[in-house]
Amino acid sequence: MKRSTRESADSARRISRRALLLGGAQIGFGGLLALRMRYLQVDQADEFRLLAEENRINIRLIAPARGEIFDRHGAVIAKNEPSYRLTMVREDAGDVDEVIRRLSALVELEEEDLNRALVEMKRSAPFLPVTIADRVSWEAISRVAVNAPALPGITPEVGLSRHYPLGRDFAHVTGYVGPVSDYDLSKIDDPDQLLRIPRFQIGKVGIEAKLEDQLRGKAGAKRIEVNAAGREMRELSRREGQPGTNLQLTLDHRLQNYVQARLGQESAAVVILDCESGDILACASAPSFDPNLFVRGISVADYKALTENPYRPLANKTVQGLYPPGSTFKMVTALAALDAGVITPEETVYCPGHVEISNRRFHCWKRVGHGHVDLETSLRESCDVYYYDIAMRVGIEKISAIAQQLGLGQRFDIPMSAVARGRAPTKAWKQETYDQQWLVGDTANAAIGQGFVLASPLQLAVMSARLATGRAVEPRLIKTIDGIEQPIRGGDPLNVGNGLLRDVRKAMYEVSNNRRGTAYRSRIIEDAFRMAGKTGTSQVRNITAAERARGVTRNKDLPWERRDHALFVNFAPFRDPKFAVAVVVEHGGGGSTAAAPIARDVTLQALYDGDPPLEAYPKADRSRVKAQQERLRRERHEILDNGRDRA
Amino acid sequence: MSYLEYTVKSVPTGLRKLLYLNWPLALLLTAVAGFGFLMLYSVAGGSFTPWAEPQMKRFALGMVVMVIIGMVPIWFWRNVAGVAYLGSLLLLIFVELFGSVGMGAQRWIDLGFMRLQPSELAKITLVMLLAAYYDWLPVKRVSRPVWVVVPVVLIMLPTFLVLKQPDLGTSLLLVFAGASMMFFAGVHWGYFAAVIGMAVGLVTAVFQSRGTAWQLLKDYQYRRIDTFLDPSSDPLGAGYHITQSKIALGSGGWAGRGFMQGTQSRLNFLPEKHTDFIFTTLAEEFGFLGAFSLLTLYLLIIVFCISSALSNKDRFSSLLTLGIAVTFFLFFSVNMSMVMGMAPVVGVPLPLVSYGGSAMLVLLAAFGLVQSAHIHRPR
Repeated sequence: MKRSTRESADSARRISRRALLLGGAQIGFGGLLALRMRYLQVDQADEFRLLAEENRINIRLIAPARGEIFDRHGAVIAKNEPSYRLTMVREDAGDVDEVIRRLSALVELEEEDLNRALVEMKRSAPFLPVTIADRVSWEAISRVAVNAPALPGITPEVGLSRHYPLGRDFAHVTGYVGPVSDYDLSKIDDPDQLLRIPRFQIGKVGIEAKLEDQLRGKAGAKRIEVNAAGREMRELSRREGQPGTNLQLTLDHRLQNYVQARLGQESAAVVILDCESGDILACASAPSFDPNLFVRGISVADYKALTENPYRPLANKTVQGLYPPGSTFKMVTALAALDAGVITPEETVYCPGHVEISNRRFHCWKRVGHGHVDLETSLRESCDVYYYDIAMRVGIEKISAIAQQLGLGQRFDIPMSAVARGRAPTKAWKQETYDQQWLVGDTANAAIGQGFVLASPLQLAVMSARLATGRAVEPRLIKTIDGIEQPIRGGDPLNVGNGLLRDVRKAMYEVSNNRRGTAYRSRIIEDAFRMAGKTGTSQVRNITAAERARGVTRNKDLPWERRDHALFVNFAPFRDPKFAVAVVVEHGGGGSTAAAPIARDVTLQALYDGDPPLEAYPKADRSRVKAQQERLRRERHEILDNGRDRA
Repeated sequence: MSYLEYTVKSVPTGLRKLLYLNWPLALLLTAVAGFGFLMLYSVAGGSFTPWAEPQMKRFALGMVVMVIIGMVPIWFWRNVAGVAYLGSLLLLIFVELFGSVGMGAQRWIDLGFMRLQPSELAKITLVMLLAAYYDWLPVKRVSRPVWVVVPVVLIMLPTFLVLKQPDLGTSLLLVFAGASMMFFAGVHWGYFAAVIGMAVGLVTAVFQSRGTAWQLLKDYQYRRIDTFLDPSSDPLGAGYHITQSKIALGSGGWAGRGFMQGTQSRLNFLPEKHTDFIFTTLAEEFGFLGAFSLLTLYLLIIVFCISSALSNKDRFSSLLTLGIAVTFFLFFSVNMSMVMGMAPVVGVPLPLVSYGGSAMLVLLAAFGLVQSAHIHRPR
């Protein structure tokens, strides 16, 4: 096909024209692209730069180290321990099953944890770390680290976790921490951002909860670069938080340890105060539990065992437990009567074994009666009739006032959970609470620490300290906060008549040093350290006339929960009181048999600052005490060594 | 003047042809590919694997292919245009029946050393065939309806097959490239005006009818169109990619964040950062200066192609060169519009820069044709 040259030239010109036209359009569109580029990259650059930074930078909180808790000598009670865990990144591991097989040869892996981790791993993004073992020992972590090349994707991570090296000894005082729950958050109006950190630990009970604000510290923050999926790429900057405040308690960890061991599995409570300062030196509630269980997250079985135990291991009996003080209240009644002048120390009351008050018969614990008793005899032999008699004369209001002065019926300001107020009843109180008139019989019951009177072991110890010193000693639990000594409060002289306290103290001395005293068997024979005390046996049931007629059932024949509470309060040394002690053994039977021996043991332990020489005990007791000391020493060392190793 | 009128003497022969290669064009192509190598090295986190090294090898191979094709006389290519077109049609049908689907929707054939996408081949063979068609067709018949229908059918055949894959982006490119060829060849502008008018009318009708009794599409179809046209209405799907892409571009600023310092791409905020969205990485790391330089290089390639076409005195060479230039232009302008949020996301790679073997080889083969036309032009 041949074309004319003219036609071809014409066609070429048209192509050229259109090529230039479309070419121009293309260049024009290129210009448009350039303008768009300029708009995005020059005009709006700042805005997009900001957006890019927002994309890339995340701010994460850094949990501060929680304040640590020490005893009065600096021994660690609560501290933060590195807690190691192993995480696995699926993407890096490659063959997950193979890596886990190799890992299980090095570290004991819990079947349950592992299965949960595997499920989580399948669900989450392949680059996200999943915890496959929590609270791994340091040894296991080092084994993993050494074998790291064979374990791709496995990373040991370290965090801080609360640890109570002395375990059960301080469980009730410090309480414990645990992961923040929704319930915890609901109670706080404006929760700290920290509480939103997963697995952040917060005080649940005890000092840990009460002084949470001081212990927690302030959050730090770090700016990190993340990728589109939120994976942390690197840290850009970091502002350290402020660690929590350290606390020092007034408690003595060795004494506390002894007391806890001495109580063992009894349902009992002991408080030991420094008479002068009011410092709580020991504050033990038994049976106890291991607070570390709660930090870890307690198993259902363990928790059930604790809550279903009739001895209530979770309760802090020293401040929460309220007991009728029984005969330990007799010092109060006596002081009230003496101070009111309705009786003198020498004046006697005749005890026939019972007394009729408003047509009701009130019995003395000794059915045959004590005969003529004065103050000293009444307290020494714990004659009830004497107190019925003087209480009738002085009245409940005066008794209540003296009880208040001695520290009963009031809530002390110490940072423990559910500190009980107790009760020093008055007429107005009964009217208000029960809408009933106060009866004379109520006064009689109150006179011997029964009926409406209730006191906690801490209050009884305070009472003992106040009797010993004659000053309004206040208990103190926190010795220093952040190294700053906390003030010792109270200490004003008690407002009771001159010399009356001396008479009461003398009578208390007789209780444990006179052959006829109720606690004579639990005396201390080291002269410098002799103690003064008072037994108490408080009924938790009514004894009917019929039962009384056929003979009161002996305690050991009753079911545990109906037996009498055994109590003992004392101070020592008698001449220069240093320690005030209160012991309550729940349903322990008699105060002289169940509580007094414990009181003597713990008092001697405090006096000698360690195991006392056997010479301090009466000869008859020495072999038994020796065996007991040896048994306890073994048990105690286990806990103390544990605390030392880790401290 | 037709190629038959060439005097053999005026055309270089043998290895002398190398001297007559369009060297500036080759250099421009290498420069553009160089941008690609840099960016592929960067998005791999400063590593030649897995992208930069294979890309360089393929580029080298592609340049060899370009030179070889360029040294083959242009009349040979004219003669095989029909066969090439038929071949690519058959390949399209073949992949429709037996091909593998991967990475979105494009279908490919595994040749062992590379994966061939017949739709890419079709773009070039369509241009070749249309150039040959208008070279054969007497000029005065160009605008006659019958002779207008023929190229339309030739365009629609591969377009339909590609659309079925489904690959909307490539089929649109085929339509635009074919239409441009018809425009260059001198088809009366009235046809274009009519088609454009009808398209505008149809689109208007579709949108105007929405919500009325006689609406032309179902509601869900409208919603799909909405998402396609305005990705921000689907912020977690297509909209997310475009937003992140704009952030990357914008944060580059005037001079960029520095080589391998682009946070958006390095931290995976960008999708397909080594293929369709590689331009955003470039813009982020080298800023406006870098992005504008690449755009300039692209436009220079267009300019050199047009100038070569204008100096080619036979219709086949001119039309082929112009057609390839338009195809090339469509590639990069659609890609850039897309990543800059000016066009919907259609999945068109950035030519010579995006990672991808067969696209680059086919493109360099096409430039081989441009070289052949350039070398064998009458002097």
